[in-house]
Amino acid sequence: MTTPVLFDLPGPKARRRIRIGTAVGVLVVVAIIALVLARLAGNGQLEAQRWAVLFDPASQVPQALGQALLRTLQVAIVGMVLATVLGLLLAVGRLSEHRWVRVLVSTLIEFFRAVPLLVLIFALYFLLPKFGIRLSAFWALVGGLVLYNSAVLAEIFRAGILSVDRGQREAAYGLGMRKTQVMTLVLLPQAIRRMLPVLIAQLVVLLKDTSLGFIISFPELLRGARSLVEFFTLQFGNQYTFQLYVAAAVVYIVINLLLSWLARYVERRTRTSQKAAATTPTELPADVQMGGGGGAVPAAR
Amino acid sequence: MDFVRENADLFLDAFLTTLGLSLLAGLVALVLGTLLAAMRVSPIPPLRGLATFYVETFRNTPLTVVFFFIIFGLPQIDFVIGFFPGAVLSVGLYTAAFVCEALRSGINAVSAGQAEAARAIGLTFGQSLREVVLPQAFRTVVPPLGNVLIAMVKNTSIAAGFSVSELSSLLPRLVNADAGDLTLVLVGVVVGYMVITLPSALAVNRIERRVAILR
Repeated sequence: MTTPVLFDLPGPKARRRIRIGTAVGVLVVVAIIALVLARLAGNGQLEAQRWAVLFDPASQVPQALGQALLRTLQVAIVGMVLATVLGLLLAVGRLSEHRWVRVLVSTLIEFFRAVPLLVLIFALYFLLPKFGIRLSAFWALVGGLVLYNSAVLAEIFRAGILSVDRGQREAAYGLGMRKTQVMTLVLLPQAIRRMLPVLIAQLVVLLKDTSLGFIISFPELLRGARSLVEFFTLQFGNQYTFQLYVAAAVVYIVINLLLSWLARYVERRTRTSQKAAATTPTELPADVQMGGGGGAVPAAR
Repeated sequence: MDFVRENADLFLDAFLTTLGLSLLAGLVALVLGTLLAAMRVSPIPPLRGLATFYVETFRNTPLTVVFFFIIFGLPQIDFVIGFFPGAVLSVGLYTAAFVCEALRSGINAVSAGQAEAARAIGLTFGQSLREVVLPQAFRTVVPPLGNVLIAMVKNTSIAAGFSVSELSSLLPRLVNADAGDLTLVLVGVVVGYMVITLPSALAVNRIERRVAILR
């Protein structure tokens, strides 16, 4: 908002109107917050003792939430590493010179992007055992995340590989490199450097999606909070319910904000070091950011 | 074939639930998202701040957590909400943040001359937004907006974890079926989603071609 084009630099009258608008706006926001707080206080949700349980090691709550967070991060990291590797393979496959490889890989990518992530996870968790392959909730969750995210990452990598200047590839061939060498020594290193901010942004999406583990009862952060709630409700009634959910949500938001910030930081770094980076996409499309198996449905043409 | 006949009604119900959930949530998301986008470009700082806060919060919260707060959290402040309306609200509120972002990029893409001309002929902020900028913004964001809504259809699957018997919930519900039947369920579920998303994608392409602005 450096130069607002939608409205003039306000004159004295407009400034007064804006001040009035500001005051009204602030009042409305304050009123909403006050209403929520009043409702919460009316139910005794704001009592210090209810929140203290989150930080009191004797209650075992911080430890339990910490462990649940660790499991969430474990899923995210294992999922991200595997998805990156598989995504690279798929991207290279889609750029292959052999038609059948291209068609096969494209079909796989489009399929995994068109199916809701939860359905993939359900398929791994409920259907595979019928065929004698029993996966733990952990691997079903990781598996679903890897299948979907590798398909999304493959498209990102492909765009990255194609964005490397054509001269690079031609020069590499000119030096007598074979096509595997051209890909691994020349194209991929440059593509990955450029794709780094987008990769981190995708990690945010993946981390958000680990919360789907809740639905198949994998004890990640959200399920961890839920179990604690059930445990406490049995013992003391539901006096800690709200606090534990807030804690879980805050942890997600803080981690994701930090990662988004990291992505922007890395983007700034790469952009200053490489002028050409400005031509490659540095932000994920909104529908991919939504997670849950978002991502474009193959465009019908 | 007995299995198919026995569960045909269940499947149809689930499909219609997903469809209804998608349409209602889409409506919530479009209306709220447009409002948020207008707030983000408005001259009043607290409105800008509020919209930015909303978008940043929802973009960094998993949809499952949003569901949690709507379904288990709202009763704590004495708003009890059913599972289906709760799902509509959760998906709608979450998607609104992304609709806002898509629209805002569209507003930024409208050339500054348009807004300047609107101001020069004396339109107020509200008028220039309604009559000049937003109509063009909507046209440029048809593809990203369409993709957001299609992704939303797939995101409605999360309602399965919160007692809404929509398409995805068929898999855990019919889990006692044998391998062949359950595979059939999976195929049915995938096809069910595609019946919604593929025509939508086609429609998006159509609309895009029809309303595209030549610059």
